[in-house]
Amino acid sequence: MTELLKVVGLTREYPGVRANDDVSFSIGTGEVHALLGENGAGKSTLVKMIYGLEKPDAGFMKLRGGSYTPANPQAARAAGVAMVFQHFSLFEALNVAENVALGMENPPKMRELAASIRQVSENYGLPLDPDRIVGDLSAGERQRVEIIRCLLQDPKLLIMDEPTSVLTPQEVEILFKTLRKLQSEGTSILYISHKLEEIRALCDEATILRLGKVVGECDPKTTTARDMAEMMVGQTLHVPSRESSEAGEMLLEVKDLDFAPANPFGTRLKNVSLKLRAGEILGIGGVAGNGQDELLSVLSGEARTDKGAITFDGQDVSALGPNARRRIGLLTAPEERLGHAAAPNMSLTENAALTATIRKKLSKNNFLNWKKTESFAREVIKAFDVRTPGPASAARSLSGGNLQKFVIGREVLQDPKVFVVNQPTWGVDASAAADIRQALLDLAAGGAGVIVISQDLDELMEISDHFAALNEGTLTAPRKAKGLTVDEIGLMMGGAHDLEAAQ
Amino acid sequence: MDFGGINPVILLASLMVASTPILLAALGEMVTEKSGVLNLGVEGMMITGAVCGFIAAVETGSPTLGFVAAAIGGMALSMLFGLLTQVFLTTQVPAGLALTLMGTGLASLLGQNYVGIKPPSLPDLHVPLLQDIPFIGPVVFQHDAVVYLSLFAVVAVWAFLKYTRAGLVLRAVGENHAAAHALGYKVKLVRFAAIGFGGAMAGLGGAYISLVRVPQWTDGITAGIGWIALAIVVFASWRAGRVLIGAYLFGGITVLQLNLQAAGAKVPVELLSMSPFLATIVVLVVISARRHGGTNAPAMLGRIFHTS
Repeated sequence: MTELLKVVGLTREYPGVRANDDVSFSIGTGEVHALLGENGAGKSTLVKMIYGLEKPDAGFMKLRGGSYTPANPQAARAAGVAMVFQHFSLFEALNVAENVALGMENPPKMRELAASIRQVSENYGLPLDPDRIVGDLSAGERQRVEIIRCLLQDPKLLIMDEPTSVLTPQEVEILFKTLRKLQSEGTSILYISHKLEEIRALCDEATILRLGKVVGECDPKTTTARDMAEMMVGQTLHVPSRESSEAGEMLLEVKDLDFAPANPFGTRLKNVSLKLRAGEILGIGGVAGNGQDELLSVLSGEARTDKGAITFDGQDVSALGPNARRRIGLLTAPEERLGHAAAPNMSLTENAALTATIRKKLSKNNFLNWKKTESFAREVIKAFDVRTPGPASAARSLSGGNLQKFVIGREVLQDPKVFVVNQPTWGVDASAAADIRQALLDLAAGGAGVIVISQDLDELMEISDHFAALNEGTLTAPRKAKGLTVDEIGLMMGGAHDLEAAQ
Repeated sequence: MDFGGINPVILLASLMVASTPILLAALGEMVTEKSGVLNLGVEGMMITGAVCGFIAAVETGSPTLGFVAAAIGGMALSMLFGLLTQVFLTTQVPAGLALTLMGTGLASLLGQNYVGIKPPSLPDLHVPLLQDIPFIGPVVFQHDAVVYLSLFAVVAVWAFLKYTRAGLVLRAVGENHAAAHALGYKVKLVRFAAIGFGGAMAGLGGAYISLVRVPQWTDGITAGIGWIALAIVVFASWRAGRVLIGAYLFGGITVLQLNLQAAGAKVPVELLSMSPFLATIVVLVVISARRHGGTNAPAMLGRIFHTS
């Protein structure tokens, strides 16, 4: 195998952190190379340098033997390096063809471009209509837009940043087929992920990063997932455990709920019913954008619903707002940490006051007791091992994982009867994620009901008693999580979104 | 052909004259907003354009040079806004308001010695043959060059945004600046250009008021037209064609109610003065409510872009 890209001694420093420290590795032609590491290990910085978005402070790169110093993404694309972003770099109000054109140097006329989009997308088993508005597409289809945009430029190296985090198992399989086809045509792929089983299935080589440094290389086909995970984390992993408990009394019941969101790009909830008993964890899976946010908002009380749709502890709560629901013990934690679960510029103490005032009795005659609030914030920080200088720090100054631990801890320590959480471990590193899962398990063991909405199926299988899936605003009937197969889960999630026909 | 003392030919012809300043300013602001920047300083840029155009036209004797100076004046003021919002990353709403306050004051200062002077007039371009069509000729084809320029600008802006690559990039920047940056487009440069275009168009609109519509210099000559232009952009859902409808509707009813006042209609003057605003809002709301879902606003409108 000849060498395509060689990275030697790349170093990049930001104020206060060395994001990449003397990183070296190489990718052969037609090789699928995995880049592994926890959040903050420096994967993103590294690929940004390869894609020309950042310049290295030291070190150099070679592409096909020649020196490679891309000044900007255009230069990288011209050299044959293309990238599919983790957070889609798409424009929702524009159509597919316009989105593709924006990622090309010299796009052909719109009509020709539309024709070649159709052709290439069908060649690779990723059908796509060039005239559709991207805002109306599912996450899987949006990713196809990104991939097609790259493929039209005939790349030599394709960088994929966490491509499967938003896909159903079937969609993942189709993506892998496409990637293997590309590989057989001689395209190299740099594949970034922390899903170890996927990397074992797909990649030929793996480079593992921790705290900006290369800590190891391995052949993922022969290394176990556990070994790779421990190389990533640098310590032995703690696996969450639970005592299985008997399901108790009925706590929360949703009956035939219909709900149309105010946001035009939102998903309408159709005929959603669910039951939650004390001590039970209900896991709700599904691809993002199938009604997760809407379900959380009707359970939290941000959005009101028809009378009788939601019963909590024998009481109709459909007309109650978030604070009234908190008062009786129905607590929630939304997906978006900054701006929804926490106010970015306010201190942790102030953020603690925002949801905990009622249950923790932090105010008297409508005046806040700051001392009491601060000690509650300290309690959360201590109990959930939140790494921060103190409760006076602004929420935005915390890393994603630490802030997530804080917002989950803030609700858990209020002793909820029912706790609903959306994406509890999204973007959180492996050890923090294990802590959060353990906290949810402990909460259920203590007799609370927990609903976990997540796109991470491994997580749901690990902690839930029952599993249900959201698909275009409808919720499947919950099934016992134990013993469910990947195929069954995939079918519950609505299969591959009309993809099967294309195979 | 008079109805209660109102001649429809003169009425319609003056409708086009009254609407042109609003149309120019609104088109410019629409392009600025399409790039994701909310510039509330339209009124300030218009009045600066009005005074710059007036001074240049009086001093040189050439209305054409007046309009050029107006565009430059409006653009210069908008660059100040660009500097504040794109380089120093100030919030756009107060920066725009400050621009209006500053522009109004600056215009007063510059125009002090020009009160009561008559500017050179802009010749009408009578389109050969077409101007002889009965009724339509005098209404549509006997205007000055700026009226035709403004109509041409509607088509040009529409085609630019819909068909050209630069227009696509501009829309992309307004839709998702982080993604545009990740693809390697220069977000700040695009926004500077859009802000500058908005300023130049507002300046032209202002000069049309001081050189053609009124034509003389008094303090506060734009009288809130810049705010109307801003509102029209929103109610027109950021579409060039609807901006044209909105501007002509507003201009038309303004002219009509003035004529009604002059003709001594038995309706309270206050109601008549209110009518252009009411009618414009009602019609544009009805138009945009018909289309299902979404306001079509650029997603990044008013948001600050940090490179990180």
